[in-house]
Parts: sequence; structure tokens; C-alpha cells
Amino acid sequence: MFRTRTPSLFRPQKPIDQRVLTQHRALVDDINRRGLLRGAISLGALTLLTGCDVTEEEPVQKALRAVSAWNDRVQAAMFRPDHLAPTFSAAEVVKPPRFNAYYDIEDVKPVSGATWKLELAGRIDDKRPWTAQQLYALPEQEIIIRHICVEGWDYIGQWSGVNLKSFLQQVGADLTAKYVYFHCADDYTESIDMAAALHPQTILATRYANEPIADPFGYPLRLRTSTKLGYKNAKWIKAIEVTNSFTETFWSKQGFNWFAGI
Amino acid sequence: MAAPPVKSIARQAGRLHPLPVRIMHWTNAVAIFIMIGSGWKIYNDDVLFGFLHFPDAVVIGKWAQYGLQWHFFGMWIFVINGLAYLIYGIATGRFRQKLFPLSLREILVTVGDALRFRLAHDDLTHYNAVQKILYLGIMAVGVLIVISGLALWKPVQFSELASLFGNFQTIRLVHFFCMSAIVAFLVVHVTLALLVPKSLAAMLTGGPAVDDKPAAADAATEATP
Repeated sequence: MFRTRTPSLFRPQKPIDQRVLTQHRALVDDINRRGLLRGAISLGALTLLTGCDVTEEEPVQKALRAVSAWNDRVQAAMFRPDHLAPTFSAAEVVKPPRFNAYYDIEDVKPVSGATWKLELAGRIDDKRPWTAQQLYALPEQEIIIRHICVEGWDYIGQWSGVNLKSFLQQVGADLTAKYVYFHCADDYTESIDMAAALHPQTILATRYANEPIADPFGYPLRLRTSTKLGYKNAKWIKAIEVTNSFTETFWSKQGFNWFAGI
Repeated sequence: MAAPPVKSIARQAGRLHPLPVRIMHWTNAVAIFIMIGSGWKIYNDDVLFGFLHFPDAVVIGKWAQYGLQWHFFGMWIFVINGLAYLIYGIATGRFRQKLFPLSLREILVTVGDALRFRLAHDDLTHYNAVQKILYLGIMAVGVLIVISGLALWKPVQFSELASLFGNFQTIRLVHFFCMSAIVAFLVVHVTLALLVPKSLAAMLTGGPAVDDKPAAADAATEATP
């Protein structure tokens, strides 16, 4: 999703050489006299002021992140706990789903379902780990919902698995806690607020379009919630933690909005 | 209208662009600059049109997350300032004075004049029909870009609103075309402001003194009903 982080091809690496300007002083002055062009030139020059890329500077980044944290609170206030996202028909489901991670699909390291276990941590009474078979035995809920990526693309997916709220109830989680964290096999971390965790369309998915979820899409267990952007839907979950303390997650550390509600 | 001050009339004359209008205008300019630059960065992550990719030199935010941060910061300025402007324009009667009445005949005549480069700009206090249409149109676009933006940001929380547009990509298209309309408006708006520098100066200093009532003498033909 955010693989391309190469420096700009369009942005010079060194400051602009002033010699050209000095040599053509007369011409520049002449052009300056033409009122219309004056504006256009200074606008062009603005885009060349590469010495100070304001978005990279620490105080600016700090301020923008403060706004992002404020936006988390606004989104939490806007959240409608019982409002259902639109659902779709099986005919609209895209197969296979669209892949996205912080690495390419070829680099996915499959998780072995036979040895895999789901660990539980934090404010949960019964912390016994779950095997895949135990999870498959739980009542299943199917949701056909739109996946929206922060990049702008979307697709319709058909996900089945245990409802997260019923799972949390079953293991005796503290439903008044603030966050549910997901720790993943690829060292990815994500967390969602409790309200989103308890939303009727939030599930721990084990199947896609009635088949076990394929490796690149999170086998054996991933999160699917209709109320968050794609990157909040952790794949290859190996541990769930219920907690009141906030820790930055994989993308929020890098400046993406943490709440990421849709 | 330019030279002799007519302000010795009983009522204290105001400026063409009262201070609140000027503050809101330049606040909006900054907000629009942020929103367009960061919007282009966000667009680049998943382009709507294969042929269109905004060069890094013109976008705001080196990486996607910075573009997003700027956009979701700029939105507050744009929306709050825009709302203040709409409320001000309606409450003070400024919109009614400046932008209405608007007759089809006047529009046709002005368009004809504009095409023959015969538009007069001597009187900054009076908008011609093309200006009225453009200002009204761009306000409508401003409202639509906020509504479509809201639907993009919260397609589930505001699923009722989002469904009015159709699917998610349609909302992106609407949002994109609103941006395009604003950019097109800006090209004309900035060009004209530079061609008629006193209009630019007026937006900084307030411009000529005007009576509180609509530009009295020369606008008598279209006095408010």
C-alpha cells in the first residue's frame, strides 16, 4: 500500500543554482514589469523553494499529528454504534480479494494453521489460547461489505467468522476497556476502539467467499470490520489484547490517522 | 465612482470589501491551497485517470500520510471559514446586494461583451452578470466539494448521504470534478485579479468606499426588489 517511498523525481536534491537568474537579470526585470506574468512567476518560484519543505519539519509534523489526534476524538463522537454499513449480494463479491500490506504479495510468509494458536492478553478472564479448529467450531457470521483503502480503491468482499463482540464476551473480556489490540504474525500491529470492536459488523474472519481465507489475505485469522479503513483490519492475527492503554500501531506510528473510521 | 468620495452622506460609508470579507477571503485562499495540494497527493496514491498523475513538485506532503494530515487539517479551516462566509453573506444581505438580481438577458449581454473583451472594470463595486454567475457557481461547488468530501471520509457513518452519489468511486469522481472546477475558477479569478490590479489591491485594503446600500447611482436599473 505504501511501498513507494522513493524520493521525488521532480524535486531537485540540491538548492537551485542562482547563476542563471543573475545572468538574465535584465530579462527577468523586463518580464517583471508585466503585471500578469509577475504573479505567474512567483507562483512558479514558490514550487521551486525546495530548501524548506514545510511538511517535513518537526514542529509542523507535531502540529499535524495533534490535529490528527483531535480528529480521532471527532470520529469517535461521530460513530454510530448500531448503524450498519451497506451490505451487498454474493454476485458483487470480488474474488480473490485485493492484496495489500507493507510488502509485496510474493513476500507473504504463510502461517501454519496446524501449529497456529490465538493468544489472549490484557483485560480478559479466560486467557487460554485458541486453536484454529476451536475457532472454526464457533457460530459463524457472514458479512458482504465494502473494503475501502486509505489510498482510494475499494472492493466488495464476503467474509465469515465469529462475531468479535460475542467472542470477547465468551472469553470474559472487559467490554468497558478502551481498546482491542491485534498482534500479527508479520509484526504488524493494529488496534481499534472498543465501540468499533462491539459493532455488529466486526468479525474475526476465517473464511472468504465460503473458502478458508488464502494466505495473502490473513490465513488463518484476520479482522474485518465495516467501520474502518482497510489498514485497521489486521491479518494473520496471533494475539488479541484488551487494554486501556494506548500504544501507537504500525501505521499510526508513521503518521496515518489512528481512528481511521469510515 | 472612483475619484470623489461620496461619503459625506449621513450614514458612514463602508468599504467595498469589509474587513471580515477580506479576512475570510485570504483564509479561504490558504485553505484552498492546502486542500488542493494535499488532495493531489492523496489522489496520486490511487489515480482515477491513468493519464493523470500530479508531479511531486506541485503536491503538498512528501508521503501519503503527510498529504492526508494536511488534508484533514485544512478541511477544518475550509469548512469553518466557508460556513462563516455563507452566514455572513446571507445575514448581512451582501449576497443579495452583490449577486442578485440576475437576469438571463444580462448574462447573455455580458457574455457577449466578455467574448469581445469589452467588459468594463472601472467600477469594482458592481459585479457583471458573468461575475455573479461565477461567484454563485463557485459557492455551489464549494458546498458540493464539502458534501462529497464528507461522504468520502465517512461513507459508513453517513451511508445515507453516500448512497445519494452511487458507489464509492463515484463520490471520488464528484470530489475530483469539484476540485477541477475550483482550479478552473482560480485560473480565471487570479488572471483577472492580476489584469485589474486594483481589484487585487481592494481585497487587501478594502477598496473604494461604498454606501451601505447597493451601489446606488449606476446600479439603479437593477435596484433590489
